[in-house]
This record gives sequence, structure tokens and C-alpha cells, in this order.
Amino acid sequence: MEQTNFQLKKQDAQSHDEWDARLHRATRATREDWMGRGISYLCIGVIILVVASMLWFITSKGIATFTQNHVSLWKFLSGTNWAPDQGQIGALPMIVGSFAVTFAAAIVATPFAVGTAIFMTEISPNKGRKLLQPVIELLVGIPSVVYGFIGLAVVVPFMRHLVGGSGFGIISATFVLFVMVLPTITTMTVDSLRAVPRHYKEASLALGATRWQTVSRVILRSATPGILTAVIFGMARAFGEALAVQMVIGNAAIMPKNLISPASTLTSQLTTGIGDTIDGTLPNNALWSLALILLLMSLFFNALVRFIAKRGQLKNGR
Amino acid sequence: MGAKRTDFIATVIIDLIVAAVVGILVFLLAYILISGLPHVSWSFLTGTTDAFSGAGGIGVQLFNSFYLLVLTMLISIPISLGAGIYLAEYAKDNWRTSLIRSAIEVLSSLPSVVVGLFGFLLFVVKFKIGFSVISGAIALTFFNLPLLTRNIEESLSAVPRDQREAGLSLGLSKWKTEIGIILPVALPGIVTGIVLSAGRVFGEAAALIYTAGQSAPVTNFSDWNPMDPASPLNPFRPAETLAVHIWKVNTEGLASNAAQLSAAASAVLIIAVLLFNLGARVLGNFLYRRVTASK
Repeated sequence: MEQTNFQLKKQDAQSHDEWDARLHRATRATREDWMGRGISYLCIGVIILVVASMLWFITSKGIATFTQNHVSLWKFLSGTNWAPDQGQIGALPMIVGSFAVTFAAAIVATPFAVGTAIFMTEISPNKGRKLLQPVIELLVGIPSVVYGFIGLAVVVPFMRHLVGGSGFGIISATFVLFVMVLPTITTMTVDSLRAVPRHYKEASLALGATRWQTVSRVILRSATPGILTAVIFGMARAFGEALAVQMVIGNAAIMPKNLISPASTLTSQLTTGIGDTIDGTLPNNALWSLALILLLMSLFFNALVRFIAKRGQLKNGR
Repeated sequence: MGAKRTDFIATVIIDLIVAAVVGILVFLLAYILISGLPHVSWSFLTGTTDAFSGAGGIGVQLFNSFYLLVLTMLISIPISLGAGIYLAEYAKDNWRTSLIRSAIEVLSSLPSVVVGLFGFLLFVVKFKIGFSVISGAIALTFFNLPLLTRNIEESLSAVPRDQREAGLSLGLSKWKTEIGIILPVALPGIVTGIVLSAGRVFGEAAALIYTAGQSAPVTNFSDWNPMDPASPLNPFRPAETLAVHIWKVNTEGLASNAAQLSAAASAVLIIAVLLFNLGARVLGNFLYRRVTASK
């Protein structure tokens, strides 16, 4: 009797263990979830790996000029003589060229973009949606080489007639970039104008302000962080644009003296030069240093956008 | 000057600005189509290019553009789908997720020439694959991933919570809910995003110059074995695309009719991109109606 009882107890314990195991075993749904989690983690991992290796490779290539070829950073940034074959690598002409076309394009494009955005949100939302939205989308869709080709076929000859010289130069690049960054700035400005609370506008109109007074003193004012962000995105695009600029700027690595003589930018120098140099030599490393400047500027624009977003939030919160 | 008068002047100025913007687009399209279309013929679309001068047809380039597009999409859609699902479903709101998001933002804001140079460094210099279709496709994938991922995440997150809860309450796993319920609902938005990104990939050139290369060796279009060096499907041959061709003809080409050639090629490129944009809209609307059963 005693023994059987013991046996029963043992059996009980056994089946208890078994049930326990069964109950704690993962169900099909859980296993599916593990698999799904695994797949999606893997995918995001791939992207992180790409970003990390991109930053790592370009940085390590870009600093080789300074670590292996022992060029001083200051000389690289402030030198005005770019002749890598003779060991002269002053990158200032390209840096100045890049900043010049970027700022010029942003300055020309911003009034157009803000005007268009005001039209689309405040003056005629209906026409804005039906007519201007497709216009902006088409402008975004036109490939940069086509912009470059039109720059080459229309803007450069036009400039040649207008001011003389070859027609290649910062001003032609500005024209091309202006059209290229226009849709970027417009779209984002529209978003930030739409985000302005309705009651701001209604309060202003109810006080008897005209539409323009409302737009200029209330709507644009409260959308300023958003518009700034839009302009910076446009500048980032202009700064990084390669082919369209390279086709119209003339590609002379000299300090730009005026807006109508051939100049070059970081991107144009990279596009023309990287195929002609041998890996590991000074001319090649110098080009990678230019790429590193591009990368750092892109990160800087990114950080700036974040900074403005934070400041904007604080202001709205107060 | 009265407030009314200022208001009137401001409105006129804004109208003029808008007219200028519309005018620019009309001019661009008209210029390309009018100067390019007369030179587009069947022999131009299917002919081969003279390797030295760059003159002649764009048959191989056109094929290369589509082939690269298909390969790029084959690689980038699964990865960005997984990544989009991660961000929409699994990612918790913590520092790690915000780090991942900023990494994607950084990737999307990198100039395409930098992406191309990275591809060049990795595939051509380090792995010694040479200028090839596959190098170009992977470089384009890098360029495409962040945009597609963000689009997919947004489409997935826009699906109402109820749908997600309904799936989970039926005992489905998160994964099954996402794939079987959420993804079909989000499909119209995702497809629109994919087709739009296809237009962008189709016109991209800066990322391809040093990865897919600037030469279009004449391929034997009767040979469809991907392993043969002369086959158009061989992923290890150099492949100049249409966009790269336009750039090449304009900067280094020796063709006497470079302007006509590039106008014609630009017209073809623009029409392709317009078709992608239109296709995105039509397909998105169609799928939306199919999925939501609304009219």
C-alpha cells in the first residue's frame, strides 16, 4: 500500500514535470514571433552596419592624407593651390565653391519656395493641391543629370551672352541648383505652414488683420523653425549635388574670383578626379579627404536640423 | 501705404512667384520634349552606342537601367520591409531606437556621390569585383534603403491600432498580425513609395559612375545565361545606365551631335520617370480600392 502510494506520487510528479514542460514550451505563435523578431532585427542590423561601415571607411580613407602623407590639416583647409600631382593640396577653392553655390541657391530659392508654399496653404489651397502639388512632384522627379544637361544647353549659353566669358561658373551652378532645391524647400515649408494651429490664424483674422498681415506676422512667425529646417534640407541637397553642378561650373580648381568664371566644388572635383588617381597615393587620399568634408558637412546639416527642431519645440511649449 | 494695399501687392507678388515656378517646370518639360522627342526613334531606342564617341543608340543603356532597377529593388525591398516592420512594431521608445533612427536619417541625407564613392571603395577597390551591375545595384540599395524604410514604417504605423489588436486578440503572433493583417492594409502606401523610389533610382547617376561604371559593352541579347560574360544578365559586367550615359555624353563625349543625343536620352529618361510617378498614383489608388473595398 505504502509502496504503491509512493509509486503513484512518483508518477504524479513525472506527469507534473511533463505538463510543466509542455506548458512552458513555446507555442507556434511564439516561435513565429521569434522568427519575425529575428528577421526584422537582422534587416535593421544590415542598415546599421551599412551606415557604420560607410562612416568608418570614408573617415579612415579621408584622414590618411594627414596621418600617412603628413599634410597639415590647416594647410589642407586654407591652401588655395590644388595640384595633387605636385603635392599641393589646398582644398579651399573647392570648399569656397561648394559653400558659395549652396548659399546662393538657398538665398534665391527660399523666397520662391516660401511664396509658393503660402499660395498653396493660404491663398488657394484648392489650386495648390490640384496644380502646384503635381508641379512640385514633377520637379522632384526630374533626374539631376537632366538638370545638368539643361544647365549646359540653356543656362550656360544664356550666361555667356549676358555677361560674356565662358558661361561656366558659380552663377550657372546657382541657377541649376535653385531649381533643384526649390521643390525640397517648398514641400517642407508647406508642411510647416499647415502645422500652424488654425486658431492662430482665426484669431488674427478676427482682430481685423488682412491676409498678408496674418501670413507675415502670425503664420510665418510661428512656422519659422520649420521653414529654417526646410532651407537647411535644401542647402544639404545643394551641397551634396554632384553631377548637375559638375556639368555647369567649369571645373577649374582655382579660387573663384567672381561668379562668372569657372570654379569647382567638392563634389565636382570628386566626380572628375577619383577615377584618374591610384588608390593609396596622395592625389587619391586628398580626394577622399574632400569626401570626408562632404560627409562631415552632411552630418553637420543633420545636427543643425535637430537643434532647430529642439529649439522650436521649447518655444512652442512656453 | 494702407494695410489693404500691402495685402494686394503681396498677393500679386506671390501670384507672380507661383507663375514663375509653374513656368519653370513647363519650360523644362517643353524644352526636353521638343528638343529631344524628334530624335527618338526605334533605332535610337534599340541601337548600340559607338564606344569611342558615345554616339548612336541607347539600347544597351536602357536595358541596363531597367536591369539595375530590378536588381536594386530585389535587394532593397526585403531589407527595408524587415527594417520598417522592426521600427513600426518591435522598436521600443528608447535611446537605442532613436540611435537607429538617426543612423537612417544620416544615411538618407548623405550625398549620393558619397554613397557611390563608398560603393566604389568597397566593391571595386576592396573586393575587386570591378565596375559591375552588382556593385551598382548594391550602391543604389544603400541610397534607396533609408527612404524605403521610412516609407514602409510610416505606412505600417498609419494602420489603425484596432486592426493590430484584433489580430493579437485572436491569438496570432505579432509577426503573423503584421504580415497577414497590417501589411495588406498598408500595401497601397508601400507600393506607391516603392514605385516613386523606383523613379528616383532610375534617374540616379552620381552613385553609379564609379560602381556600375561608364561603359556599356555590347551584349548578346540572345544569350540569357547569367553566367556568360556576354550575357545581358551577367551581374559582373560593367553597365552604363541611361542617366550615366547622358552625363558622359555631355562631359566627355566626342559625338558631334552630343546635344541632340542627350536631349533625346533626357526625353526618354523624363518620360520613364513620369510614367513611374503616374504609375505610383494609379497603382496606389487601385490597390487602395481593392484592399479597402471602397469605391
